[in-house]
Amino acid sequence: MISTMVIKNGHVFDPLNGIDGEVMDVFIKDGKIAKDLTGNDLAKAEVIDARGKTVMPGGVDSHAHVAGAKVNAGRLMRPEDHIGSVRPRTPFTHSGSGYTVPSVYKQGYDYSAMGYTTVFEAAMPPLEARHTHEEMRSTPMLDMGAYLVLGNNWFLMRYLHQGEIEKAAAYVAWMMNTHKAYGIKCVNPAGVENWGWGKNVHSLDEPNIHFEVTAREVIHGLAEVNERLGMPISLHLHANNLGHPGNSEITKDSLAVPGDVGPTQKMGVDWAETKMDPHRAQSVYLAHAQFNAFGGTSWRDFESGADELAKYVNSVDHVVIDNGAVPFGPATCMTGDGPSIHDLYVLAGIGGQKWSNTDVELECGSGVIPFTYLKASPISAIQWAIGLEMLLLVDDPWKTIMTTDHPNGGVFTQYPQVITWLMSKRARDETASQCHKWGYDRSSLGGVDREMTLSEIAILTRANAARTIGMAYRKGHLGAGADGDVAVYDLDPENFDPADSEKVIRAFSRAHLTIKDGKVVVRDGEVVAVPDGRRYYCKPEVDEGLTKDMLADVRGWFKYYTIGFANYPVPDKYLRNPEPIVVNGPQGGW
Amino acid sequence: MVLTRKVRLFPKGEIEIMIEAESISPDSFAGKSEREIGGLSVWQGPREAQLSEFFDIEVTEGETEDGGSTLEIKIDGDASRVKRIGERMTFGRIEILGSAGMHLGSGMAGGEIQVRGDAGPWAGMNMSGGLIEVGGDVGDHAGSAYRGSWRGMTGGKIQIHGNARSQLGGGMAGGEITVLGSVENFCGIRQSGGLIVVEKDALRAAGAEMVGGSIAVLGRICQFSPGFVAAGTERDPTVGGRKIEGEFAKFAGDYAISKNPKGVLYVKEAML
Repeated sequence: MISTMVIKNGHVFDPLNGIDGEVMDVFIKDGKIAKDLTGNDLAKAEVIDARGKTVMPGGVDSHAHVAGAKVNAGRLMRPEDHIGSVRPRTPFTHSGSGYTVPSVYKQGYDYSAMGYTTVFEAAMPPLEARHTHEEMRSTPMLDMGAYLVLGNNWFLMRYLHQGEIEKAAAYVAWMMNTHKAYGIKCVNPAGVENWGWGKNVHSLDEPNIHFEVTAREVIHGLAEVNERLGMPISLHLHANNLGHPGNSEITKDSLAVPGDVGPTQKMGVDWAETKMDPHRAQSVYLAHAQFNAFGGTSWRDFESGADELAKYVNSVDHVVIDNGAVPFGPATCMTGDGPSIHDLYVLAGIGGQKWSNTDVELECGSGVIPFTYLKASPISAIQWAIGLEMLLLVDDPWKTIMTTDHPNGGVFTQYPQVITWLMSKRARDETASQCHKWGYDRSSLGGVDREMTLSEIAILTRANAARTIGMAYRKGHLGAGADGDVAVYDLDPENFDPADSEKVIRAFSRAHLTIKDGKVVVRDGEVVAVPDGRRYYCKPEVDEGLTKDMLADVRGWFKYYTIGFANYPVPDKYLRNPEPIVVNGPQGGW
Repeated sequence: MVLTRKVRLFPKGEIEIMIEAESISPDSFAGKSEREIGGLSVWQGPREAQLSEFFDIEVTEGETEDGGSTLEIKIDGDASRVKRIGERMTFGRIEILGSAGMHLGSGMAGGEIQVRGDAGPWAGMNMSGGLIEVGGDVGDHAGSAYRGSWRGMTGGKIQIHGNARSQLGGGMAGGEITVLGSVENFCGIRQSGGLIVVEKDALRAAGAEMVGGSIAVLGRICQFSPGFVAAGTERDPTVGGRKIEGEFAKFAGDYAISKNPKGVLYVKEAML
């Protein structure tokens, strides 16, 4: 078995190590990136000629909806999404189907074909953790983890309102362990609980029903808990009023809430070598900024609010965003924000379209609705513009990550299309000319000249995604000790026109090679090997006495669940290749 | 010289597990020899087989009367366990002397299919052009949209001499369906365009959730959908460009699904 590899003479883009397109060799030994290889190793190494090609670390998606109950609800309610999108079986791969919500197999293969090796599910309701893990276990090729939805959790709302931050931290630590979860997701804080009563919250200081906790208290409390524990990823925030005109204001205010909380990662891991500091630099990570950067006051005077939000992000250091781009076409909106899906149903529901809404007992909720973004639609055109503005107007690429909030704004297989717009003003102008004129008229995108470099694309699609979620100790770069995950794209940086959208799309859609743990898994877009991925989750350690007190509280309210306490945790057998990360342990220290 | 090709398929015997035979269409037979046609792929469950395993094939060629080129397929017997005949066909003609299986002519864009016997469910699903004529009855979902989608048939014609079952023309956005017999439940559900004429009765909820297009039931609707409002009576109305004789009660709907629906439903008044 070949355990060493040399990727020779490619143009390497490795932003965390300050490498910007230099022609050099990348070495892999025993599945990990190596500084170099001994003569003996070199002699038996698999040699890959990457001359005239682009070499990047394997892609990292820090925000996608790819596993769990709501994803599967999307699959079940949309047979029409599957009939036209079929992937036949090959000697290596299963068959699969689905365009906006692919089956787990197809999902794994499609991501790998684009050079991605690592994908994080952005919203796992605790009660649906088993289902989420079952789907992740069945997803081939990808290293995965999932963020736990905690922004409307009864136990936490009670603790945070009472100011019991230590118990809240003990609860979060226990929940991460119990559900094998990776980070804290906060969806429409305090609002989803109100949705159980047909209501929502519309400001940061409005106490919700029964718990009388405010969005401000939840955001600040969870950010504080997160940093107290020293979690790999900062608080992943889906802000209030999502999808409503004028919400950029509350988004800005929400981001300011944890401004006094500094980032702290206390992870018991070995850090691979990087030139840049691989620790995350922010204490709040705003999800799908596009959906929360709306201007105007109604759909009639709807406009982009990205300019103002981007200005704020530029002015502070504790915020990172992913954009949630809208690349047009069919999508399936799915979120833990049940009321926002209801609003979308009312808005787009003329003709009574299908949708789904769920209340997840003491924890959260969710909603799913099919949606199509049309170039001819004024609203869609503005959303397209906002998605790109949020990346182009934030000056420091280390504050941004490229996503489509798959499958909400668009499908992850449309990432290459989004890359063309980021890299070329001409490509943007061309699309704008096919769109409703509001796209450019009601945003600043038409006046933006910035064109991203391949290095910036590498930051937005792997380096910063990995750093933001605390994965840069092994992912998102090509420093010694990092995972041997490499993407080789058929794109010669010295000889290509970024405005040649077709070429850019082709190159990024079908990687020349995807290498995972030092093994070629995709060749020219075709899957040639199907390894099992790893499951990352956090094991935060807290004081035992505190945990005991907290558990007494939990047991007190457990009678409100439909399941028994003993059946609540996700057993280890649900995870294939688990990689627990000790957080706040002796090595990290509290 | 311009030729017409006639391809006859003689069923070899009973087919146990239904076969998926979208390869039976003028488009895929065009330009192929007997042998090549026999070698076309069909699936039987998880097993890939050749068309010649199920049919004897005979190709004859001759001149066309009008000088145009065409291709005719004749299935000389029962094909009720053969699915997807004529799927996505764009030209030519298929004649089936017996019955046809599921998905007959689904996604069809042109040409003509004639079935002497019955057709299974999903005949003419999502069709956009051409003609399907069925001498007997059809199963559920004839001329309808694929499950889950809201737009199905956009053009072409389906003529059914017998009865149709449920969800005839579901999600229909264009084209014309005529049933000389009766239909069962939810005929024209989610219809947004096109015309459905039912010469006898409809069992339940004809036009449910329709927002456009027209349905004429020349008999009676046994259980009427609740979201329709009466809009007077009409004698010999012209519906979807076609004149229908008799005195009809006219309804607009379905108000259960839209505030301003454009669906029109005619029912023979005498039978109400």
